[in-house]
Amino acid sequence: MSDDLKILEDVANSEYKWGFVSNIESDNAPKGLNEDIVRFISAKKNEPEWLLEYRLKAFRHWQTMTEPVWPNVTYPKVDFQDIIYYSAPKPKVQLDSLDDLDPEIKATFDKLGISLEEQKRLANVAVDAVIDSVSVKTTFRETLLEKGIIFSSFSEAVHEHPELVKKYLGSVVPYTDNFYAALNAAVFSDGSFCYIPKGVRCPMELSTYFRINSAGTGQFERTLIIADEGSYVSYLEGCTAPMRDENQLHAAVVEIVSHAEAQVKYSTVQNWYPGDKEGKGGIFNFVTKRGICLGNKSKISWTQVETGSAVTWKYPSVILKGDNSVGEFYSVAVTNNMQQADTGTKMIHIGKNTSSTIISKGISGGRSHNSYRGLVKINKSADNARNFSQCDSLLLGDQCGAHTFPYLEVSNKSAKVEHEATTSKVGEDQIFYCNQRGISTEDAVGLIVNGYCKEVFNQLPMEFAVEAQKLLAISLEGSVG
Amino acid sequence: MLTIKDLKASVEEKQILNGLNFEVKPGEVHAIMGPNGSGKSTLASVLAGREEYEVTGGEVMFNGEDLLEMNPEDRARAGVFLAFQYPVEIPGVSNANFLKTAVNEVRKSKGLEALDSKQFLKIMQEKMKLVEMDKAMTQRSVNEGFSGGEKKRNEIFQMAMLEPSLAILDETDSGLDIDALRIVANGVNALRDGKRSFIVITHYQRLLDYIVPDFVHVLYKGRIVKSGTKDLALELEEKGYDWIKEEVDATLNA
Repeated sequence: MSDDLKILEDVANSEYKWGFVSNIESDNAPKGLNEDIVRFISAKKNEPEWLLEYRLKAFRHWQTMTEPVWPNVTYPKVDFQDIIYYSAPKPKVQLDSLDDLDPEIKATFDKLGISLEEQKRLANVAVDAVIDSVSVKTTFRETLLEKGIIFSSFSEAVHEHPELVKKYLGSVVPYTDNFYAALNAAVFSDGSFCYIPKGVRCPMELSTYFRINSAGTGQFERTLIIADEGSYVSYLEGCTAPMRDENQLHAAVVEIVSHAEAQVKYSTVQNWYPGDKEGKGGIFNFVTKRGICLGNKSKISWTQVETGSAVTWKYPSVILKGDNSVGEFYSVAVTNNMQQADTGTKMIHIGKNTSSTIISKGISGGRSHNSYRGLVKINKSADNARNFSQCDSLLLGDQCGAHTFPYLEVSNKSAKVEHEATTSKVGEDQIFYCNQRGISTEDAVGLIVNGYCKEVFNQLPMEFAVEAQKLLAISLEGSVG
Repeated sequence: MLTIKDLKASVEEKQILNGLNFEVKPGEVHAIMGPNGSGKSTLASVLAGREEYEVTGGEVMFNGEDLLEMNPEDRARAGVFLAFQYPVEIPGVSNANFLKTAVNEVRKSKGLEALDSKQFLKIMQEKMKLVEMDKAMTQRSVNEGFSGGEKKRNEIFQMAMLEPSLAILDETDSGLDIDALRIVANGVNALRDGKRSFIVITHYQRLLDYIVPDFVHVLYKGRIVKSGTKDLALELEEKGYDWIKEEVDATLNA
């Protein structure tokens, strides 16, 4: 039994709560992008030659590419020369312990309700916090290391585990993949790195918290998760940004490698600043997330609750290479006011007896546009592949749009693919029914929408599920009537 | 408790209620009967505050307050309960969660503390017996996949949980077999406590064998044209509505 109502009460009348700016001194690169900037970033990170080479190759490739125009979104063209590609909170001193962390940064995370300190031990979540371009603190590294689990910032991993980074970086999302993946490969500044050794079940949730703080910056983080044979990890990602009139670009890459019989569960609650009611400002969230099930019986599961960003362009995908591997995608995408989302997934079946499940719930209010775009591809080699897709759209009001673009490519006759799609409106009947039982219209919408998303929320870790419900309520404020 | 004076209402610009007068005192059970299209369900909808129904005249006082000035949720919180003719489905929201939300809203409006899960469960278990409801039904989504009989039982169950002072039953007997009818009627009778009032809207006298009314009214062309005791219902069962229609139409044409 969930406490929807209490949650809704808590958040009644609140606006975007995470829109503050922290006064943290930062170390910025000059605006614009060229080979020198790429070298500058690499030098700042004191990177080995091979990584600089990788970045430069990516940059040169990026220069030959053009922005994708196929997503069902419209937005002003991004001026890639008007972005700061590297911004780091200036450390006051060398960070040896949490006590040395800039109090302003610590305060920022406290405000966000993310304590980097002891109480997280009780909640059993290890956190890697990324502000603008760099990871500021990773908690519980030592505890995790006892089990052989590596959880650190990407930059640290480059120095401490170069063999792993070199082996897997770009192995799932090559820099040639798409425009923003190439851009990210050239200028990514930090992110999280995680390696779970053979047979180890990660004892706590691993979490990355992303925060864009500085003005005029883009955030290009890179996450790499490797689950070795028979291991398990649950990974959480949260994001917020200050309210600014300008659009800010977030172009991240997440790569997941799941070996034989390993299982990775990746959950996101995305709450980047969506812009104001008129559509001014907000984050452009152009993200490439992909996992590969390499071995027999490996599994990758994406769960996302997308409530933020002005424009979202994101398709967390699974390549089902190993036989008997399993891919899952559970998504709630909410758009309100002027927000636009074009999101979905790709399930690429290569191995035999592979199966995938897609449950997508799009909710649109205001004058927003919400598109589901998904590809299910069954290769010739994928005997007995199975897919089940369910794409539901819920409309609040009559000025919003919901669109579904399912793509299906089946090259093996033994495949079984099912697709279900529905579009519905929150009925006035439903609202009146709730009203007649004493429930206000706003609470009724929250209740109905949360019910609608139940299948997806059930996939989230408990703590995250509560946060997601709260967010949903806030995002939908004023969306009806 | 409820006083309706010269109530006029229309839906989609069509006048349905034409100056309806009606009074309910605490503890009374009033049955409202009448031919199709006479305005029975409109009356229920207007009292509950459904938006599509426009009140064009008259007044409705409920416990000294102007009911028509209140929005639907405030009417519910003040103790007006409508058992829907067609209960609405809310997928993904469990019956228990829905009711807990509703009960606590009503409690809040009365300045009472919210019930915690344990207290709520205890009350729920008691009330479930009233309508012979099993536990599985409370965990299912509100009315989703319920049979017609289950939906109506669920309405009475919600009424038992919300403990209104005025319950309006809008054709609760429609679509019920004789066993379901008995269960629903038993539930309603168990909630008759001498203070709670009922307006029972029905087509058939059959229901009134189980829920015995204090008064029976005939609604025709948006007005109450005849009132009596439960014997009136028996007379209607025997003779139909034509004789009343003729009486009324004769008066109107005179």
